[in-house]
Amino acid sequence: MSRSSRGLYLIPYYLWMVLFVALPVVLVAYYSLFDIEGHFTLSNYASFFTPVYLRMTLSSFWYALLITFFSLLVAYPAAYALTRTKHKQLWLLLIILPTWINLLLKAYAFIGIFGTYGPVNSLFKAIGLGEHQILFNDFSFVFVSVYIFIPFMIMPIFNALEDINPTLIAASRDLGASSFVTLRRVIFPLTLSGVRSGCMAVFIPALSLFMLTRLIAGNKVITLGTAIEQHFLVTQDWGMGSTVAVFLILIMAVLMPVLGGGREVRK
Amino acid sequence: MTEKNKLGKVYLFIVFVVLYAPIFYLMYYSFNSGGNMHGFEGFTLEWYSEVFHDTRLIIIVINTLVIALLSSAIATIIGIVGALAIDRIRRKRVKNTILSLNNVLIVSPDVIIGASFLILFTIAGIKLGFTSVLLSHIAFSVPIAVLMILPRLQEMSPTLVDAARDLGASSRDVLMKVILPFISPAILSGFFMALTYSLDDFAVTFFVTGSGYSTLSVEIYSRARAGVSLSINALSTLIFLLTVILVVGYYWVSRSSMRNRSKEPAAELGVPE
Repeated sequence: MSRSSRGLYLIPYYLWMVLFVALPVVLVAYYSLFDIEGHFTLSNYASFFTPVYLRMTLSSFWYALLITFFSLLVAYPAAYALTRTKHKQLWLLLIILPTWINLLLKAYAFIGIFGTYGPVNSLFKAIGLGEHQILFNDFSFVFVSVYIFIPFMIMPIFNALEDINPTLIAASRDLGASSFVTLRRVIFPLTLSGVRSGCMAVFIPALSLFMLTRLIAGNKVITLGTAIEQHFLVTQDWGMGSTVAVFLILIMAVLMPVLGGGREVRK
Repeated sequence: MTEKNKLGKVYLFIVFVVLYAPIFYLMYYSFNSGGNMHGFEGFTLEWYSEVFHDTRLIIIVINTLVIALLSSAIATIIGIVGALAIDRIRRKRVKNTILSLNNVLIVSPDVIIGASFLILFTIAGIKLGFTSVLLSHIAFSVPIAVLMILPRLQEMSPTLVDAARDLGASSRDVLMKVILPFISPAILSGFFMALTYSLDDFAVTFFVTGSGYSTLSVEIYSRARAGVSLSINALSTLIFLLTVILVVGYYWVSRSSMRNRSKEPAAELGVPE
């Protein structure tokens, strides 16, 4: 095959890269410079720096942090316990299985479970705690989000744990370390890369959970994702939506090297 | 030691219960004749028959499947080309740049992908609907396919290609008879991965569907907001079963690709004639 025809069949991939990777980012940046009437302006950037948007950005990050933190808290011991089981690959697959079920269906189920007549409230009543409004608040939002993300946190940590050379743990024991010290000084530092990619896999999507904020949090939680969706699909103010998107992209670009790695595979 | 193992098992058990609770909750109430998720009144298959009589819902399910199969097939082909292209690059810096560009769509929040594609399609004059949904699913599946195929390609010993050339194979033959068969397990898992991404996607699709066209997750979203209908439960039970089949299929494929991998030396000896 000649050199030119060799290049020819590579065209679809590079075309994809230009059309769907580079161009969209350029377009978002371009649109952020126009107001709702289509006039060229920097006013979107000015309004981003008003308290409304700054507070939204902060709360968005706060929720994403909370979600990441609780996911890590739940996932690390689970991943550790997983490595101790027989048939670990099968159990891991069973952890992953729920992620193959549409996220909205699971959110929808939680509306029932947490609802006034749901099993959780029945349980509360049965043990004399009375009825509570569990749905449509911060708690349900964080709980359901953590639920959704746990598998994405378990997977990289599990892989990192599996990569540890068992002789290192044996050595730590031989040198007289208790199992807690071994965990803290040997195992945890060695799994940091897994923890990092897990946090990345949770943190970024957690910034853009607009459907959960609507379904579960009852519009009380507003994140950057909600704001972008609102501007694009409801108020049709693409300029402001793009501006928020530009900031989200910028923040990510800053965060990426800090957290390193990135989501290898989302599920 | 055994004490601690037990503790871990109990913990895992609780995690599993929580992970599966909502799924089984949906399935349980799909058989409720009461028409809501408050109390179980009696067993019925009414909601299942409602699903099968709801032509709109069936069309949406077919739409979703068509989009998923078509987009993953096309994305896998582009992904193969992409992996070949990246594999061919010798300069490390260029390679890393292309690789990080490749991963942009994987690490971007879905909302940004959705919003930027909405702008793109509007400017390009593409009507929102089947075409825009298909194009965006292809777009976000390509990097996944590349990431699944590239490692396998890098594992391939270059002597295989050299041997084929020495034996007089044309570039076309090398590609069709040596490279593609060798990476076929990875191609298959790339395809499966793209399929699940497509079936699972909500946020991106939500931005680019327009009004006339809908996929399952978008439909579930609008129905879940409007109120509870048990036909959605019945549908999700059916989807769960389908998913289990898919997962088993995926597991089987990845298992057989692992087995192939352990047979590698033999495969290297058995260069196709």
